[in-house]
Amino acid sequence: MTDATAGEAHIPKGALARLMQRKLALLGLALIVIVVASAVFAPLLAPFAPDEQHFDGLTLEGAPLPPNETFLLGTDLLGRDLLSRILHGARTSLIIGVAANGLALVIGTLIGITAGFFRGWIGSLLMRFTDLMMAFPALLLAICLAAIFHPSLWIVAIVIALVNWVQTARVIYTETSSLAERDFIAAERTLGAGTGRILFRHILPHLVPTIIVWGTLGISTTVLLEATLSFLGVGVQPPTPSWGNIIFENQTYFQSAPWLVFIPGAAIILLALAFNLVGDALRDVLDPMQRGRD
Amino acid sequence: MSLAPDDAQTSRSGADLAPDAPPVLAVERLTVSVRSEAGVTPLVSDLSFTLRRGETLCIAGESGSGKSITSLAIMGLLPPPAVRVTGGRIRLGPTDLTALGEAGMRAIRGDRIAMIFQEPMTSLNPVMTVGTQLTEAIRAHDPVGRAKARSRALAALKAVRLSQPERRMTQYPHELSGGMRQRVMIAMALALRPEVLIADEPTTALDVTVQREVLDLLRDLQRETGTAIILITHDMGVVAEMADRVIVMRDGKAVEEAATADLFARPAAQYTRDLLAAVPRMGRGAARAAVAAAPVARLADVTVRFPLKGGILGRTTHHVHAVEHVSFDIRKGETFALVGESGCGKSTIAKAMVGLVPHEGLIEIGGSPLATLTGPAMKALRRRIQMVFQDPMAALDPRMTAGEQIAEPLLIHGIGDAAERQTRAADLMGRVGLTGDQLGRYPHEFSGGQRQRICIARALALNPDLIIADESVSALDVSVQARVLELLRALQKEYGIAFLFISHDMAVVENISDRVGVMYLGQIVELGTRAQIFGNPQHPYTQRLIEAVPVPDPALKRPATARLSGEVPSPVHPLGEGPARVVLTDIGEGHLVARP
Repeated sequence: MTDATAGEAHIPKGALARLMQRKLALLGLALIVIVVASAVFAPLLAPFAPDEQHFDGLTLEGAPLPPNETFLLGTDLLGRDLLSRILHGARTSLIIGVAANGLALVIGTLIGITAGFFRGWIGSLLMRFTDLMMAFPALLLAICLAAIFHPSLWIVAIVIALVNWVQTARVIYTETSSLAERDFIAAERTLGAGTGRILFRHILPHLVPTIIVWGTLGISTTVLLEATLSFLGVGVQPPTPSWGNIIFENQTYFQSAPWLVFIPGAAIILLALAFNLVGDALRDVLDPMQRGRD
Repeated sequence: MSLAPDDAQTSRSGADLAPDAPPVLAVERLTVSVRSEAGVTPLVSDLSFTLRRGETLCIAGESGSGKSITSLAIMGLLPPPAVRVTGGRIRLGPTDLTALGEAGMRAIRGDRIAMIFQEPMTSLNPVMTVGTQLTEAIRAHDPVGRAKARSRALAALKAVRLSQPERRMTQYPHELSGGMRQRVMIAMALALRPEVLIADEPTTALDVTVQREVLDLLRDLQRETGTAIILITHDMGVVAEMADRVIVMRDGKAVEEAATADLFARPAAQYTRDLLAAVPRMGRGAARAAVAAAPVARLADVTVRFPLKGGILGRTTHHVHAVEHVSFDIRKGETFALVGESGCGKSTIAKAMVGLVPHEGLIEIGGSPLATLTGPAMKALRRRIQMVFQDPMAALDPRMTAGEQIAEPLLIHGIGDAAERQTRAADLMGRVGLTGDQLGRYPHEFSGGQRQRICIARALALNPDLIIADESVSALDVSVQARVLELLRALQKEYGIAFLFISHDMAVVENISDRVGVMYLGQIVELGTRAQIFGNPQHPYTQRLIEAVPVPDPALKRPATARLSGEVPSPVHPLGEGPARVVLTDIGEGHLVARP
């Protein structure tokens, strides 16, 4: 990859344009748009109110209805329309998956990059704190935090972020400390570059692939963590639907009404997959070494 | 391609050389190709040669010439599935190796064809002792008892003249020095008495004096065992000293094949002539007028020590004495070279001068002592002193374009606006022999030499007084190296920049420097003008360094010298102790030599 590529003509092309050339990335983007749209337009799209308990929504024995003409995705254990709940639940899950996860990434990256770059006592302090957080049961911590603050969607998002930054910080720390030893960082120092410049212009861009990978992985874990919290009564409060708490509310009916678990589960998987596809494509598009290989 | 007639008198190794005997190894019209999305590209095409018992065949060429791929093809170690032999045959005696499966090759590898690699540390298993690895290697091919194999392993270590062989058997690879590790690899390769030994750049990662020992060793062992050697190297000096016959390769094709003496005396191909012309030779440097200008940098009594912490409390128990009481100055417009082998502290001095490691003593750049400067004053000083690193790929940010990186120092120091910086970057690109339209490319889109030019352009951007070149040409192919050295010389003439040129390569130093400091174990043992150091070397270490350089002239008879196998002492000392300080005495006209 030395002389051959050196001879090629340089075609400047925007990263966005190259992103648009990838079919899988477009599929991911389309899925994200669908989820966002259903979250935003849920009141218009949903056939029923999410917390409306339908009189005809249960069988005579009181079991949930399977998908039928009236209730396209069936009903849940209280006779509410599943489709309406999923559309409305997209709001909660998107906020958790994007905001909580994004916040966790920011915290993790900041702590990891600071510890990895400066090392010394400040690095040790931050990393020991991270280890401590890792050793502490995340769920227990989340329950404590959620119990202290009055549970609302945003509080839940912040609690999840405070629990979920740890792995990111660890990984970013390792990468930063190896990057900081590289010659091009030493070269920057000899040029007179300040710390801020080195950190944000030269180290951060190299961490982007890692951040993207952890970000996409985090979507499904945060959505499920929110569900766990909801199940334990410290998450999003019922009757507000979220994909996670739909699964947990209905899991007792798993054998007789499996769609109640499969359908919201599929929604979570699709959301994670969509971000994964876009994330992968972004990583490749932003890496100059990958240019001309797609 | 027809084979050159083999004339026995050019062979300097072969007690066992029999011109009429059938070849041990015959490669016939070998083609190796890589399959990619772009199609099938040949890496080696139509290569033929034969190898006889006791003969040394050198395959010489620059990076990307296909010489290593050839050796991997013979070993059956081509990286699957993309790279494959797509034509021709490799015959070991009557066996066609290309038709042999992996199981068949496994029986041949190590037993009949052995290989040693450039970097012995990566070829040895770090969690097994040397003795265990050697014993296992022997037992893998020879069904002998453990005790028998162990005694054979010990004999092999003795054969490669490793000091304290019994102790080495119980040591792990990281406890040995680079030269010792390469000896272990050779011992392992030769323990089974293979018919063919392939040595892929066996001495490139070693210091020049260690290289000398390893080459001597290979030659001695070949004389004893009659093993045929394929030596793959980029170093024409090594070729001249070791080879009976040479194949020069370029872009996967054999450009020329000849007996060594013929090749050096009458190179037939233009490429061979260019390659030989580019090799730095001792005594070729043009005499230059002594520079008498004021110093741009002055070092007085500079010491750099790194603490080693140990014990329960993590207190400093030992120091690595990297640099000890070093004093010299660099004058405006001159090239001062620091030479020495790995670990002698030459790169540490460079790092101390740009403030990357803390130091004791005085480093003065343009009259201001480095240690007292902070903040803006330090930043201002950085404009006057720049550094070019050894590996340009590592020294450039892979995610920034060449243009951005060259403009980076201007941006950091707030010089000019975006358009002016762009113009200056384009201008600098032109100055180092690249073109302005390459500004938008990323480092991986350039070749090694071009990348080093970008680094040089970046160093020039601030118009510094002094550029520190830390092994800046060592990683480059000789022809590229020659052009980069030429560029440095031209830039010096044009801008009056002083260079601190740090290198382990005596021939390069001899070609480019005005004054030279020879370093050994953190101290300068000899310092003088180029003529003084190379014309009249006084210190035994300087003499050894100069003698060890392989000379690209097969006719040269090297005087028999004592075979060295000593190890360099460690620079690590307990707290409060240190190496004996050498005292430099002037033996006339500023030629300083350490009293022995």
